[in-house]
Amino acid sequence: MIRTVPGWHAVKGVFDRDRARQRAQLKDVDQERRDFASRTLVVFLVVAVMCCVLIARMVWLTVFKHDEYRTISEDNRIQMFGVPPPRGRIYDRGGNLLADNVPVFSIFVIPELAENVDATLSEIRALVELSDEEIEAFHTLASESYPHAPVRVKLHITPEERAVVEVNRHRLNGVLVKPDTVRYYPYGKVMAHAVGSVRRKTAEDIRRLDRRRYSRTQFVGKRGVEAFYEHSLHGEPGSRQVEVDAHGREQRELDRNPPIPGQNLNLHLDASLQVAAGEALGERRGAVVAIDPRSGGILAMASEPGYDPNLFVTGLEATVYDELVNSPKKPLFNRAANGRYAPGSTFKPVVGLAALAAGVTDWQRTIVDKGEYRLPNSRRVFRDWSWTKDDTGGQGVVDLHRAIYRSSNVYFYDLGAKLPVDALPRFAAQLGYGRVLSIDVADAAPGLLPDSDWKMGARGETWYPGDNVNLSIGQGDLLATPLQLATVAAIIANRGRIVRPRMLLDNAANLPEFKGGEVVGRVAGEGLGDDDWQRMVDAMEAVVHLGNQGYRQNGTAWAYIGQDIGYRMAGKSGTAQVVGIAQGEEYNEEELDEFSRKHAWFMAFAPVDEPRIAVCVLVENGGSGSSVAGPVAREVIDHYLLPTLAASGQPASTALASESAPQDPSPSEHRVLAQPKPSQEAEGSRRPRRVAAGASPTAS
Amino acid sequence: MPSDYARTLPIGGVPGRALLRLHLDPWLLLALGAIVSFGLLVLYSASHQDLNTLTNQMLRIGVAFAAMFIAAQLNPRLYLRWAPALYILGIVLLIAVLLFGTTVKGSQRWLDLPGLPSFQPSELMKLAVPLAIAWYFHARPLPPRIRHVLVALGLCVLPTALIVPQPDLGTGLMVAAGGVAVILMSGIRWRVVGALTLLAALASPALWLVMTPYQKGRVLTFLDPGRQPQDAGWNIIQSKAAIGSGGFSGKDLFNGTQSQLDFLPESQTDFIIAVIGEELGLVGIALLLVLYLLVVARALLMATEAQDTFGRLAAGGLTLVFFAYVFVNVGMVSGLLPVVGVPLPLVSYGGTSAVTLLVGFGIVMSVYAHGTR
Repeated sequence: MIRTVPGWHAVKGVFDRDRARQRAQLKDVDQERRDFASRTLVVFLVVAVMCCVLIARMVWLTVFKHDEYRTISEDNRIQMFGVPPPRGRIYDRGGNLLADNVPVFSIFVIPELAENVDATLSEIRALVELSDEEIEAFHTLASESYPHAPVRVKLHITPEERAVVEVNRHRLNGVLVKPDTVRYYPYGKVMAHAVGSVRRKTAEDIRRLDRRRYSRTQFVGKRGVEAFYEHSLHGEPGSRQVEVDAHGREQRELDRNPPIPGQNLNLHLDASLQVAAGEALGERRGAVVAIDPRSGGILAMASEPGYDPNLFVTGLEATVYDELVNSPKKPLFNRAANGRYAPGSTFKPVVGLAALAAGVTDWQRTIVDKGEYRLPNSRRVFRDWSWTKDDTGGQGVVDLHRAIYRSSNVYFYDLGAKLPVDALPRFAAQLGYGRVLSIDVADAAPGLLPDSDWKMGARGETWYPGDNVNLSIGQGDLLATPLQLATVAAIIANRGRIVRPRMLLDNAANLPEFKGGEVVGRVAGEGLGDDDWQRMVDAMEAVVHLGNQGYRQNGTAWAYIGQDIGYRMAGKSGTAQVVGIAQGEEYNEEELDEFSRKHAWFMAFAPVDEPRIAVCVLVENGGSGSSVAGPVAREVIDHYLLPTLAASGQPASTALASESAPQDPSPSEHRVLAQPKPSQEAEGSRRPRRVAAGASPTAS
Repeated sequence: MPSDYARTLPIGGVPGRALLRLHLDPWLLLALGAIVSFGLLVLYSASHQDLNTLTNQMLRIGVAFAAMFIAAQLNPRLYLRWAPALYILGIVLLIAVLLFGTTVKGSQRWLDLPGLPSFQPSELMKLAVPLAIAWYFHARPLPPRIRHVLVALGLCVLPTALIVPQPDLGTGLMVAAGGVAVILMSGIRWRVVGALTLLAALASPALWLVMTPYQKGRVLTFLDPGRQPQDAGWNIIQSKAAIGSGGFSGKDLFNGTQSQLDFLPESQTDFIIAVIGEELGLVGIALLLVLYLLVVARALLMATEAQDTFGRLAAGGLTLVFFAYVFVNVGMVSGLLPVVGVPLPLVSYGGTSAVTLLVGFGIVMSVYAHGTR
């Protein structure tokens, strides 16, 4: 049937050369056998060729691609693990530890070994306190790691907790208590803002930091010295070359490269003075910065209220953290370096010096201060701080000296009006206003020093004479931090020699973060001589020491700190408005809520002739600078100076008349200073704590 | 003639004659024994030197050799008579598997019949298909006519189509390979082979239709191993790394990091050739391939000595199935072919394929022993 198809013969010929045999439909046994044998031979040859293909493939892989695959295989099995370096410790000038590394024990669970992780966690929970957040964190960590890897459940358990867990270990499968090292701040709250703190590395840190250096680092410096010297404190990680299996299990160590520990730091801070500064502020909100004017070294930098930096190391519960963040008292806020406030009257010495430099005034020129000031052709009245509705105030006939110790607003209004535009900001900038003069304070703010350019840029307005008048008493837009004002005090104490505030005590380490530690020179001013600086210091000394002169004749701070003082101190008070007071309105503290009251400032240095400490005190909403901030400054300077004055064999009362003790700038001297003061008891009892009632609601 | 032959045997004298009487071929036994010994050694290394695994495997190989011994004793006429029945039984069982099979690891391959241990009917088809096609050609003149070839192809496609969707691409391919091998041995012209190959290539998209998404993924991964480096591609990257890093002479037994540190998946089963490559190098692989080639050569030679068409075709087909295992396995592990689940004969851990393959060689021996010598 198929043969009827046209063209079949042609196809047929292709298919069969033994057509005849096929047609016969008979099996030719021998022929079939011969055919099969030859066919088998061909098949075998095909098999052999296929074998050769396989061999060729193997040769390709093992010979030509050998290097490539060896690399893949080695990369599989060999892993580099970073070994975190121990963090550098931080010491104060007396060798007291401010930041230490301490061993702690933590509870770990190996999910693979714990048959039921949830059951194991609740078993642990029955033994030690475990928050929901810790359990949540555990699950997050566990989901990211191998089941055989230990995952931390609780960091830093107490010895009692450790004992309880160890005793129950037999029934806690897969539970592990392992040692770990964490940062510890022995001074807790006291040093929180000065030294700063480390915190657990965050996702943002991972993006920001060098991956290699930080691969195994758990904590990163986030504030203060810890943040500024992060690079040096961190050190260089070591590495371990480890053979692992496909499940990441460590098989053996192939090579080890030890880490280079972080740099230990010695700071200018004086722990004992820092404690005293915190205590002097007490429950009030505020800041104290103390600087050694000779070196610029920061002896104390307190900001109250503080927080316990150790909380951030061991992990903080959300509720506690929220409380810290949301508290109206802002405990996490470093007021000392980062708090910006109008400097008020503390700016007057600077204005006076600027005016002398500009030749606008001299020490002889007098004006009559009737308690109010008016610019020509203006109806706006600028008033003295002593003005009330019933008494226009006014300091009478004032020269520059009296204008400082009586803090005459009108005198400085007049200077402000006389000073050329931008002369004052240009001069003030030299003392560190509006810029960061400090070398190594992590969160130092530049504050704000307004000038005509700034005003045009920020407000789009030209500089009016009224701006100069406002600025001349430290109001207007001028903002400065306590650290800046302590620096100003130090520069005045140095009679114009500029120092830059610094935390780091020794330069020997040559840390990469520490830049520009050189002396910056002197404050420049054409008409400004050494004598002018000395007379300004004299005027500031009168602020504290001029007393028993009668109504409106004493130094503004004398009544509060100057009556029983055992050494010569120069100072200047300041009171800065927080809310605007309308023209003709009287400032009434009782009517204002706590956070609207004036800020109290006091900046000072002592001993006057050879200053060894310059201090700035700020009490937020404290009220009057002299009565509230002044005594705090006195307490801090007392703490620092009295022991050495006593040690030099001079009774405090005679030190007043005599020169200060010979000075030894080496740190060893301060090691003595850091000891508890032997004479403090006697000094404290002899001095009336506060002559006038403190304006601060929390004053003791 | 037997006495002349006996003189050429590797084992002479009484033991040699005893083997002959037992229908066992010493050459083939020797080559198979060498492969099995080699395999046990490598398995011992791949199992991290676990004696349990080793004894288990020895037990299974022992059972397989026993099955081969029994298969060798049966007369080829018996196979001829029962071949169609075996085939039909196999098809029925495969349909039963599709309907009520047991699912193990996502594949429905096993059949639990009351009173019998559970087994894979697809395994039976590896023997049944070559036997059935040999039976079909036995009654017909050779070289076969085109329609006979088409019928034979049908006999081989039907079970394959039933096995692949289980899903079990590897076994399906081996069953098909057994049928195609017999057709090739039957004496069809090379031009027909060429035409059929072309036809198969054109029909291969049809295979795509019966494949599961998983199997399709395997094929796609083969075409582009980087497609799923953490998943299916991982196996092939790691096996190539194992073989390639082994180099010419390997990292020495028990020292392969890819296999000993578990980077190589399925290192005791389907991917064991990579362990050989890593630890014994190109030399080890070549040695094993030569042993396989010796087995194939000897078995093919034995097939030519068969007394009838059925014997020749069955023996030849079964031998080529064995080689298909080797080629597909080594090809897939070395990245030449997609990853399909085909073990390395007599070396991979497991007894099922060993039993099937050695029973196949038992049939070859039976055919040879009752041959024309």
